[in-house]
Amino acid sequence: MLGLTRKDFQLLLIVIGLTMFAPFLLNPFPETSALAQFNAGYPDLLQRFVIFSIFAIGFNILFGLTGYLSFGHAAFIGIGSYAGVWMMKLLTMNIIPAILVSILVAALVSLIIGYVSLRRSGIYFSILTLAFAQMCYALAYSVLTPITGGETGLQLRLNDPRILGESVTEAGNIPVPHLFGLETRDSLELALGNWVFTFNAGYYIAAVAMILAFYLAIRLFRSPFGIMLRAVKSNQQRMSYTGLNPKPYTLAAFVISGMYAGLAGGLMVAMDPLAGAERMLWTASGEVVLMTILGGAGTLIGPVLGAGVIKYFESIFSTINRTVLEGWFAFLPDGLENVVISMIYPFVGKGWHLTLGIMFMLVVIFLPGGLVEGGQRLGRLFRRRGKRDAAEGDPVKPAE
Amino acid sequence: MGILEVKGVNKRFGGLQALGDVNLSVAEQTCHAIIGPNGAGKSTLLNCLVGKLIPDSGSVMFDGQSVLGRKPHEINQMGISRVFQTPEIFADLTVLENVLIPCFAKRDGAFRMHAIESVDQEPEIKAQAEHILEDVRMLEKSAMLASALSRGDKRRLEMAMCLVQQPRLLLLDEPTAGMARADTNNTIDLLKEIRDKRGLTMCIIEHDMHVVFSLAERITVLAQGSPLVEDTPENIRGNPKVREAYLGEAQV
Repeated sequence: MLGLTRKDFQLLLIVIGLTMFAPFLLNPFPETSALAQFNAGYPDLLQRFVIFSIFAIGFNILFGLTGYLSFGHAAFIGIGSYAGVWMMKLLTMNIIPAILVSILVAALVSLIIGYVSLRRSGIYFSILTLAFAQMCYALAYSVLTPITGGETGLQLRLNDPRILGESVTEAGNIPVPHLFGLETRDSLELALGNWVFTFNAGYYIAAVAMILAFYLAIRLFRSPFGIMLRAVKSNQQRMSYTGLNPKPYTLAAFVISGMYAGLAGGLMVAMDPLAGAERMLWTASGEVVLMTILGGAGTLIGPVLGAGVIKYFESIFSTINRTVLEGWFAFLPDGLENVVISMIYPFVGKGWHLTLGIMFMLVVIFLPGGLVEGGQRLGRLFRRRGKRDAAEGDPVKPAE
Repeated sequence: MGILEVKGVNKRFGGLQALGDVNLSVAEQTCHAIIGPNGAGKSTLLNCLVGKLIPDSGSVMFDGQSVLGRKPHEINQMGISRVFQTPEIFADLTVLENVLIPCFAKRDGAFRMHAIESVDQEPEIKAQAEHILEDVRMLEKSAMLASALSRGDKRRLEMAMCLVQQPRLLLLDEPTAGMARADTNNTIDLLKEIRDKRGLTMCIIEHDMHVVFSLAERITVLAQGSPLVEDTPENIRGNPKVREAYLGEAQV
């Protein structure tokens, strides 16, 4: 189906299902309950889920397949974002040209950075990419202020030309990003009993882009090109002595993953038309590495899971502050309440990185294949148990 | 004029003269063995042929074209394949994928991006790969990961990867090192079969005299980086200089 094997097609269907029904699935707790805190079904977070999934899927094409660990991939998100905002300043608020130019500019820059960085491998490659990303950050933050807006970031203004659109709306405001008239901030709210589900246009646009990106990644993983990329990771010496030049393969993978990052950057702008240098900071580059490894490098669904988990932690755990904790543990006697809260407090709120770090450590030590490996192990466990039950069930059959 | 002509090749590593004025001529459709004690420069010579090392002076001509200054993948595209002393395979890939890669390389050259097609859309390539796996009797293992193979199987897989490219010259670096006698005999049979079936030119480095004398039609003896003598197996056996330099200890 669609050039995929049955198993891959099922995986694609699962991803389509999850993304399309995410506003329901991630909003399991009624608005009024104390657990509403853990709901993730609001547009801003949903958008971040799919956009960072795209980023991680692209990163995984480079890191998961060829084994080249880039530590500067956030540069391409940032560059894509700037390019997208500039399209909205100069051309039109329609997000299509903005996203296309984001991808294109990210591809060009990744071609240059990749060409230089890929002259080395291993740790030297990682350091080169890190250096390039930090250079991009420094340029955006100070030297290139006229283009990037420097510290304040790049924003839309009332006096931007927007040749194909309008500079100012009739009401005197800056126009908002739209897809042929459908504004990305438009939302449809559906109240069912105590639940409120929000269906955001921007989220669905990003989700379609993510499904397309995921589909292309599956095709690439299964293609001869995908086999070649895994061959690069496995044994470059044998590759050379088989008449293949590993360099163009790694460069192609680098540019493809750069384009995925550019798409992610363009979509960020489509959701919220501004861009800042902090998107290119090394922590942002490190985050995508964490996402990929946490989910399972080299697997198809891993990066999506990793991106989801990390973004969920970032948004949900970081909002749990002392007041919230006090609310939860109010039923405990005073002394005990304070002890419990002071034990939990370092791991939530501003300390959410601590929880993430512990989880990352546990995954890397006990599940080197990431969350995907965890899922596979669980699956195997259940299957074995199922089989045993079936085997035990057999003798019960009455013998005729 | 042989298909491979090595003339006056020198290679120094610091103060060590690894190769000194080596001449070698390998005639088409023969098996040429290079023997010599440890450190005689056999592997250095092989590395000079495939582009891993560049000799300090001299020339290496393959089929009338110089291989010097070309990258390993370009030399492979000219028709030279190499089997390594320890099998160099794609350990993280399946056996079938290992063989598919040289098939694609043979058809598409050093780089081609077919990122959207699936392997199933290439029935000819797949048939070619399965055919060679059948030849080395590994077809039933095609879905296995290459890292899970036994050492002997890894060697046969590497041999299959080289052979499926239909090279004009196959270089073998101690293809039976560390093998049990039975495996060694199987490898000899396999190589003989290939030579007779495909009319392949082979150049083999080997310590095991049993292998050398069962396969080679010409033998070059290297000692301390220089060719001592080049002759037929029968004459090599009786040559006192060779006995002194190399065969002396080994009972042949």
